[in-house]
Amino acid sequence: MTEKNVPTTTCCNTAVASEAGTRVQERCVTPPVDIYEKENDLVVVADVPGADKDSLDIAVEEGVLTIQAAAKHTAPGERVYREFEPVNYYRQFQLSDKVDIDKISAALNNGVLTVTLPKAEAAKPKKVEVKIS
Amino acid sequence: MTNWNVLNEMEDLRREINGIFNSVFANGRLPRRTTAFLPGYSTRSYPLVNLYEDANNYFIEALAPGINPEKLELSITGNILTLSGEKERIQDEVKPASYLRSERAAGRFTRSVEVSGEFDSAKVEAHYRNGVILVVLPKTEKVKPKKIEVKVS
Repeated sequence: MTEKNVPTTTCCNTAVASEAGTRVQERCVTPPVDIYEKENDLVVVADVPGADKDSLDIAVEEGVLTIQAAAKHTAPGERVYREFEPVNYYRQFQLSDKVDIDKISAALNNGVLTVTLPKAEAAKPKKVEVKIS
Repeated sequence: MTNWNVLNEMEDLRREINGIFNSVFANGRLPRRTTAFLPGYSTRSYPLVNLYEDANNYFIEALAPGINPEKLELSITGNILTLSGEKERIQDEVKPASYLRSERAAGRFTRSVEVSGEFDSAKVEAHYRNGVILVVLPKTEKVKPKKIEVKVS
């Protein structure tokens, strides 16, 4: 599984109105991820704080897994001090043929997204017992 | 640029300068690296916070994904709010060799935030949603804006 670089122009095609009004917010960040392998699955864990289920968009197209999400402001009132801005999350990964694309599942829990990519039958470890006669 | 405010910018600058002094000269020692567990963020404070204010409340928003809300602790001393908790490790049993990429990190954190005005510490509320902590600090009557009616005589 390798990370895919995308030209910035295709980044964040979800239009999110900025504070100023109708301007499209074009900035987006790459969420940090952990990827690990289990016996039958490949698991991608990404930190996407501020994103909710509705704003999350996960898709596989032409063997490329795309994770997209938009974080929203939760606090009302006037800004006094700022260290971060809720922006869009965007990241793509090139999948190998060994992933069963139809069975990909995802869960969002406390701002952590877990995408489970089951391995195709052909890629699963097989044990062949050889009988000794 | 509608929300640009000179006073806000000055307040930001004050905090940043205070932060530098606190980190470099605290107890005459070297800066404390409290968040060494976060790769790439090691010299920064964790979690990142935003501070907002309206007529009745202060709001602190902190970016902290993957925390068990039961283990999140908030304490208040004077006008300093301290957030502490633990970003949990992946629950699955994973052999170190099975990691293909490891960018997220886990560990304990503590962050103190100074609020410039007075608030009622007994009525402070905290919410945790989608990995963002929102703390609502109700202002005391003293710092709330007051309306004064002008009498026409």
